[in-house]
Amino acid sequence: MTDSKAAPPGAPLVVVENLTKQFGRFAALRGVSATFDGWRLYAILGDNGAGKTTLLRALAGLTQPTRGAVTILGSTDVRAVCDQLGYMAHPSLLYDEMSGMENLRYFAHLYGIQDDERCAKAISAVKLDPELTRPVGQYSQGMRQRMSLARALIHDPKILLLDEPFSNVDVGSAKEMVKLLESMRDAGKTIFVVTHQASLLEGAADEFVWMQAGQIVGRTRELQPVEVR
Amino acid sequence: MKKAFPIFALLTLVLLSYALYEALVAAPTEQTMGDVQRIFYYHVPSAWTAFLLFLVNFVASVVYLVNRSDKADMVALVTAEVGVVFCTVVLVTGPIWARPVWGIWWTWDLRLTLTLVLWLIYVSYLMLRRFSSGSQTPVMAAVLAVFGALDVPLVYFSIWYFRTQHPSPVIGRGGSLDPRMARVLLINWAAFLCFAVLICWSRYRLERLKREVEETQALEALLEPRGVR
Amino acid sequence: MSSLSNISTATLTKDLRLEWRSKDAINSMLFFALLVVVIFSFSFNPTAEESRQIAGGLVWVAFLFAAVVALNQTWARELRNQVLDAYRVSPAPANALFLAKAVGNFVFVSVLEALMTPLFIVFYTLRALGPAWQLIPLAMLGTWAVVVNGTFFAAMSIRTRSREIMLPLLLFPISIPALLSMVEGTSAILTGEASAKFWIVLLAVYDLVFTSVSLLLFETVLNAE
Repeated sequence: MTDSKAAPPGAPLVVVENLTKQFGRFAALRGVSATFDGWRLYAILGDNGAGKTTLLRALAGLTQPTRGAVTILGSTDVRAVCDQLGYMAHPSLLYDEMSGMENLRYFAHLYGIQDDERCAKAISAVKLDPELTRPVGQYSQGMRQRMSLARALIHDPKILLLDEPFSNVDVGSAKEMVKLLESMRDAGKTIFVVTHQASLLEGAADEFVWMQAGQIVGRTRELQPVEVR
Repeated sequence: MKKAFPIFALLTLVLLSYALYEALVAAPTEQTMGDVQRIFYYHVPSAWTAFLLFLVNFVASVVYLVNRSDKADMVALVTAEVGVVFCTVVLVTGPIWARPVWGIWWTWDLRLTLTLVLWLIYVSYLMLRRFSSGSQTPVMAAVLAVFGALDVPLVYFSIWYFRTQHPSPVIGRGGSLDPRMARVLLINWAAFLCFAVLICWSRYRLERLKREVEETQALEALLEPRGVR
Repeated sequence: MSSLSNISTATLTKDLRLEWRSKDAINSMLFFALLVVVIFSFSFNPTAEESRQIAGGLVWVAFLFAAVVALNQTWARELRNQVLDAYRVSPAPANALFLAKAVGNFVFVSVLEALMTPLFIVFYTLRALGPAWQLIPLAMLGTWAVVVNGTFFAAMSIRTRSREIMLPLLLFPISIPALLSMVEGTSAILTGEASAKFWIVLLAVYDLVFTSVSLLLFETVLNAE
């Protein structure tokens, strides 16, 4: 199912041209230009305020650039390909009062999916129990983030945009998530992970993208900080 | 363009003075109401001017929603502010006129009530502009203006029917208007219109300057390297 | 089109289920409605004859205030945990969400009205001298009028400072024709002195106009940032 949809390794899936985003006087992104290929796991790193979250939100279509353009899967209108995008952020994007299964059932509906089995599979994939009736609000942070990831995966998107998925998550859960991300990348997905915990992705990420002050200042294969002038 | 403003200002001043003279001195005294009636020459033109300004606001708001033009947003802002001022004039002169003539401060007559509702809608418009955060303000305000404009005919009909069910004194003139009075009315309206255009123009220039400064500051922030914030 | 109703229904059932589960919100709202009725009845103590004249106004003002408290909660759950972002990144149409929220509010406010009405009847010894059945379409159209704009302005208020006060500030002026229609229509039916037909028709037109424009512009408001 996934293979026929995946792009051959190497074809640029996401192109960002002169992407600029300003909030009044604050420039979150300044003319970022880059291409990202398919079948890759990208780790986006940098200090607070570097523009990582803004970049991800621009890719997700949640924020409109002040200048510049984003091209995803050949389309300049992110909304047109949004069914191929999965988004996750530090807040869980889940309803605290519902169980995991109920949450996924609802969000699956938004993608036109009315299949309980798929929901259960997505939950199992993140190593959680689909039968758990406990409301998500009572989960530990690790469980909540994993459930949020399941939500982002429910519609089997080609591209995953994950903003601080490991934040406040216990090491065990985090390692599980990384393993899952690796297997998804191997199966043909393209994954962008914004994180402060770069060490978690060492060995898993294909490329480390370093951002500072609203610009990409370096891209490396290995986890070594880029010298910034 | 620069020269035109002071010339227009002077013309407006002349016209206003002439209109004032006509209204207070030259116009014939009304039979039953006496000199108090002269307030009519302020009450009615203010109302017409306010309605016209709000109409321009509606058009500018629609234009903004269609092509997100900054100019349209500024026109909308300016006409709303000046419109509210003229509306206030109507609402103040109405009771001042009504009390000595009809013995009541207020009556829910068609014009006065419509003016009050418009005043309320546009004050809420100005409050929305003040309370929303910078980048969203133009869109939100434009949407509210559309709602307000669509409301106006409904307000009109509801009050009109209400008045047929519960008749009450009408603040204004029943019957036909003496041609000499009509002339004075029109002169005053012309003067008020010029005055409105003058103020709008002035406010528009002020707003444009303010936005130019903000844009320059934003551009500066974009270009300069960011240090410690 | 089918996905619109599908998603709306799914959202509506989810909201109703959640409201039912956390009965706190319902209970406190119901109690608030009761308090409003008592306070109004306390403050305006008319004879049975006078009450028919003014009940229309009293009842609808009471409903309006109760509705505002309910409407302010419309998006509370979506704002927690940034759930609204999950909706925005999905292909689900924005006005499916709006419709679901508006209908949900309609149900909720109708429940409040259903509670408050018998109390008003009791406190004011109300009896309709005109065709009482007309009160039903009047109430439904009137409630929808307040709810549809209220849901929309609640969404606009999310992105403002002083969120809770912004909703009534925006809602009340625009609702004036609807409020007038509800009050006059109710009075006409209670006193039997006039026909409420015009008011019902006006409310229907009001509802049509504002439902359309809300559906049209909701996406713009949802994605404004």
